[in-house]
Amino acid sequence: MSELRKTWLDQDDWASLKTYTDARIALGKTGVSMPMRESLAFKLAHAHAKDAVYSALYKDSLRQALTDLGLPVVDVHSQAQNRDQYLQRPDYGRRLSADSVTHLKQLAAPATDLSIILADGLSAEAINQNAVPVIDLLSRTTVKAGFTLAPVVMVEQGRVAIADEIGSLLNARMTIMFIGERPGLSSADSMGAYLTYAPQVGLTDERRNCISNIRPQGLSTVLAVDKIMYLVQEAFRLQLSGVQLKDKDDTNRQIS
Amino acid sequence: MAYHCTIRGFTYVFHSLKQLLAKASPLRSGDMLAGLGAETYEERIAAQIALADVRLTDFLNEAVIPYEADEVTRLIIDTHDKAGFSRISHFTVGELRDWLLSDEADTTVIASIRQGLTPEMVAAVSKLMRNQDLILVAKKCEVVTRFRNTLGLKGHLSVRLQPNHPVDDMRGIAASMLDGLMYGSGDATIGINPATDSPAITGRLLHMIDELRERFEIPTQSCVLSHITTTIELINQGIPVDLVFQSIAGTEKANASFGVSLATLREGYEAGLSLNRGTVGQNLMYFETGQGSALSANAHHGVDQQTCEVRAYAVARQYNPLLVNSVVGFIGPEYLFDGKQITRAGLEDHFCGKLMGLPMGMDICYTNHAQADQDDMDNLLTLLGVAGINFIMGVPGADDIMLNYQSTSFHDALYVRRVLGLRPAPEFEQWLIRQSIMDEHGKRLFSGTQKRLYAGLFEA
Repeated sequence: MSELRKTWLDQDDWASLKTYTDARIALGKTGVSMPMRESLAFKLAHAHAKDAVYSALYKDSLRQALTDLGLPVVDVHSQAQNRDQYLQRPDYGRRLSADSVTHLKQLAAPATDLSIILADGLSAEAINQNAVPVIDLLSRTTVKAGFTLAPVVMVEQGRVAIADEIGSLLNARMTIMFIGERPGLSSADSMGAYLTYAPQVGLTDERRNCISNIRPQGLSTVLAVDKIMYLVQEAFRLQLSGVQLKDKDDTNRQIS
Repeated sequence: MAYHCTIRGFTYVFHSLKQLLAKASPLRSGDMLAGLGAETYEERIAAQIALADVRLTDFLNEAVIPYEADEVTRLIIDTHDKAGFSRISHFTVGELRDWLLSDEADTTVIASIRQGLTPEMVAAVSKLMRNQDLILVAKKCEVVTRFRNTLGLKGHLSVRLQPNHPVDDMRGIAASMLDGLMYGSGDATIGINPATDSPAITGRLLHMIDELRERFEIPTQSCVLSHITTTIELINQGIPVDLVFQSIAGTEKANASFGVSLATLREGYEAGLSLNRGTVGQNLMYFETGQGSALSANAHHGVDQQTCEVRAYAVARQYNPLLVNSVVGFIGPEYLFDGKQITRAGLEDHFCGKLMGLPMGMDICYTNHAQADQDDMDNLLTLLGVAGINFIMGVPGADDIMLNYQSTSFHDALYVRRVLGLRPAPEFEQWLIRQSIMDEHGKRLFSGTQKRLYAGLFEA
């Protein structure tokens, strides 16, 4: 019997297009199927994403970095006790623990324009890696534009809607929450920003504006802060946020 | 009205139809989160035994969400086809299940009663069916729709090419589009999820796809999946809009959380029709749904997530959609915990949508916080291929780098077409052959096409 020849993979000759996107294009194939190398690369990326879901906020270094920027930091915790409970009970992640409510009430915060909030969400790694430079630029830009800031709040086991409770307890006119997004295969560190005008418990998503994928390989710090500032200015002008508030500030987009 | 079932001397009492439906639903995390699911395995089967004996006419007398409180209920009641229903009005839910599986129930007869079925009846019967029942009956249903090509014919499987990019970079999106076209994807639509809801960027993306489509005479339709109010704005500006997209749900309040109402959907549908851009038909709405969206918006009224999902199909069918897909595993583990629950929900959604008369596709997918992986997607893809699904998603390498989840790849589409002998939409298949991208057996050819497409996309 003669020896079978090894499979010569079908290469895709548009591989040069990979310079334009991180998408898994021009993978080639054997038969109609994915080559071995690509199949294993996918599984490794999935393993990284699973690990990111179980990562935790570096609370000490985040607090230090924000304090160094002159921003006071308050720690709070949602009603979800741990990650497994967090994954199965989003309702717990949307509300503050009793201790945290007491803590925020005790601050008796004076009325402010903006409350900046950090939450681990589904990837604490995203906050650990991306939050500080964005908050640095955002806090300077907002203060320069005349907005007043509440203390920065750092939430463990938090979901987006917990910002409503925090914002209303802190007496803030608008919340800007930075939260770790669902890790993707090629981006376990993607941070989202959710903006809500007139926060109060019970709001739903149509009242929010979202800017997604803030990270060095996605939306840069400068562009992210530009977009947030546009939405903040418009929200204060129109006194609302959400689907009525369109993101028209696309002048800095990369256009081919 | 109360429903009963006695097992080993213990009588289970279900106080309403909606409670009975919830307790009869196969196990899933979302119903447990809502506090609606059966508390024991026995209670679940007791509910199924009781549900099997409920008469279909009872569904017309007991709305799961009050008529006065919800415009979706009003739509369901007000559009109910009494003539179609009269042929099955003497059935119980269990008898409907047996009839659907019988040889009497062929494609034509099923189609003749579909407008007589309310979503709650369809949800109920699905809860009594095993996975193979869901597959067998779905396969009997054929729902064909047309815009610039013909989708949903038996023996064909189409693909939505999903070339998303995290910052809507035109070249990045074009690169993924070219990749997908060269792998034979894109007949359902070339549909981009924009990273933000900017009308200007959405308009620019639509122009890009439209120019490519016209230049290469690709028999397909484009879509940028922006909010319907954005799409209406673009239509008014004269932007080339083929399909009008919107996410929808099964209650008025959940739709409000998406920023839409039935009136908004009607407005979008009529705006789309006014452009008259379809060449072989005018099905132009594209809807996405998914179990758990009503609960997620705290808008489920104590109705289980699968019944809410089927109510969304009652909304969809008012607007003669080209494409409807459930984004089954996107919502996360708090609604569908693992591969088993995602698989079950995917088969239910496909079956229920087809029985309601919808051109069902599926985003066979999961997120990284669910207990699922690509093996689970392979299983569901194969099952849905057997069940005769109209279309699936084609994402480069199954990895959506903008929405951060995993779906099915261009390779996956070729796999399922090959193992099940399925072909692209006929007009699109002819185009692939004309362009020497693929032969009539689905074998990919090497030709100069990619260079011409490349030039069209990148050097214009």
